[in-house]
Amino acid sequence: MGAFAAVMSAGLWSGPREVIRRLTRSGGALFGLAVMSGVLAVALLAPVLAPYDPVRQDLLNQNLQPSALHWFGTDRLGRDIFSRVLWGARPSLVTGVGAVLVGAVQGSVLGLLAGYYGGWVDGLLARLVDTLMAFPLYLSAIFVVAVLGPSQLGVVLAVGIAVTPAFARLARGQVLEEREKEYVLAARAIGGAGARVIVSHILPNIVAPLLVLASLNIGDAILVEAGLSFLGLGPPPPTPSWGLMVNDGIVVLTRAPWVSLCPGVAVALLVFGSNLLGDGLRDALDPRLRGQG
Amino acid sequence: MGASLLTVVVGATFIFLMVHLMPGDPVAALLRDQFSQETYAVVSARLGLDQPLGAQYLRFMRNVATGRLGTSFRSERPVGQVVAEQFPYTLQLATAATVLAVALGVPLGIVAAVHRGRPADYLTMGGALIAICTPSFVLGLGLLLVFSFQLGWFPTIGAGGGGPGDTLRALTLPAVVLGLRSAAVLSRIARSSLLNVLHLDFVRTARAKGATDRAVLYRHALRNAVLPVITMLGLNVGHLLAGTAIVEIVFSRPGVGKLLVDAVLSRDLPQIQGTLLIFLVIVIVVNMLVDLAYSAADPRIHYA
Repeated sequence: MGAFAAVMSAGLWSGPREVIRRLTRSGGALFGLAVMSGVLAVALLAPVLAPYDPVRQDLLNQNLQPSALHWFGTDRLGRDIFSRVLWGARPSLVTGVGAVLVGAVQGSVLGLLAGYYGGWVDGLLARLVDTLMAFPLYLSAIFVVAVLGPSQLGVVLAVGIAVTPAFARLARGQVLEEREKEYVLAARAIGGAGARVIVSHILPNIVAPLLVLASLNIGDAILVEAGLSFLGLGPPPPTPSWGLMVNDGIVVLTRAPWVSLCPGVAVALLVFGSNLLGDGLRDALDPRLRGQG
Repeated sequence: MGASLLTVVVGATFIFLMVHLMPGDPVAALLRDQFSQETYAVVSARLGLDQPLGAQYLRFMRNVATGRLGTSFRSERPVGQVVAEQFPYTLQLATAATVLAVALGVPLGIVAAVHRGRPADYLTMGGALIAICTPSFVLGLGLLLVFSFQLGWFPTIGAGGGGPGDTLRALTLPAVVLGLRSAAVLSRIARSSLLNVLHLDFVRTARAKGATDRAVLYRHALRNAVLPVITMLGLNVGHLLAGTAIVEIVFSRPGVGKLLVDAVLSRDLPQIQGTLLIFLVIVIVVNMLVDLAYSAADPRIHYA
């Protein structure tokens, strides 16, 4: 790893233009980018694009098959599934991105402090992180939702807290490596205070791997969000959310499988896209991390 | 051992604090709408909720240490007993899923590594990516629709009642759904771990002295690539336990995962608290065993 890493780090974080060039050279990353931009556009434009009101019931037209009128059919309350799938992009994206943001900020702050100051701060945080890591993502998320009650905010915080340890651990490791380098020593020698050294000197040098971890975590966050809302622990009905829509369709699974399958495929597609984009970003930003997934 | 114990203590404290930070009044939730001032006082005294937080915490930790997890609000029976009743179903499911994950994931990972950059590699890794991206409830419902409802090969609900054949048939689809994602994760780890080993000097030495590809792979490389796979297997236990919640609900199976979700939906505090604690202890014990397995797999690792 040693010599290899040294060679590769020369090309690390080589400016946005180089990163974009590497990103667009990979077919998978381009596909992931297309899916993510597509879902983002759908989420933003849902009010314009959706042919029907996503919560309006039409009891005369229950469980209709997909047709020209209702592209994905209707559910057991006669609601248009296509419109609901479009609107359902919102909670998925908000949770996926929001939760990772929460986790990345929390984790990075904890990891930076622990790595930079060491001593008892590090000991305490390491113990806390180890404990949190013992809880798998889903369990911590279920637990936090149990505490905060089922809601969109609850899910964002739940997943955010659940992914925090991974960021804390990565940030800490990176800081331990950077702390010993000359530029940090120089910054401290000219009298830089702890906070200043961390924020304006160390952080820019470790942001690439943190970004990579963030992009790789978005897919997991979306999966957990979908799972929680499937279990009825997400935003309450009639808010269109993909997980809940899949659950809604279970009672009519044999008669009208499209009720469950359309939103289910939407989740899978979004997670697939975000994973491909994450892999692409990893290769473009920090090739050293390749093969560690 | 000491560190594991400390993790349990910190984890229990964390659970206690979170549960007591919960908005809403647990006594009111327990009594639903209609209750008098006297009933309220009696119930909160019985639950110990009228005492200061510090006293409650000490009592909680003493109970945890002696294995008393309190009484479920919903079933009014000991939490540990309720979990113990459901546990065999979940253990069955998690074991079957793990066996499947290892039996499928490790060989596929080896195939992908050996054929790196060729169609077999792209095919297995593509399949793994799809398995990782598909939510388990979507896969579960899809399989249920095709194999249970249309083809009638497997039961649509329950964990089987009659003999072992019944149990096995009821277990198949849930185990596939739960195990497939783990298999995908394991195959990725096995592949990258093996690739990391294959370019090391000792592999080149083995090749140079004339060992066949087979011998290099089985006698030299695999043994050195196995540690990350074992680690992932240990980390995966938590995911399996959590994953059972969704799988058990999709397939209407009894089990601890379903128990936990029901407890959360009905805000059954002692049941949530106790179930999570039991999960935490299982995860920690399994990972301790994984640490011990390291030294069995690699004699260079010793524990004092």
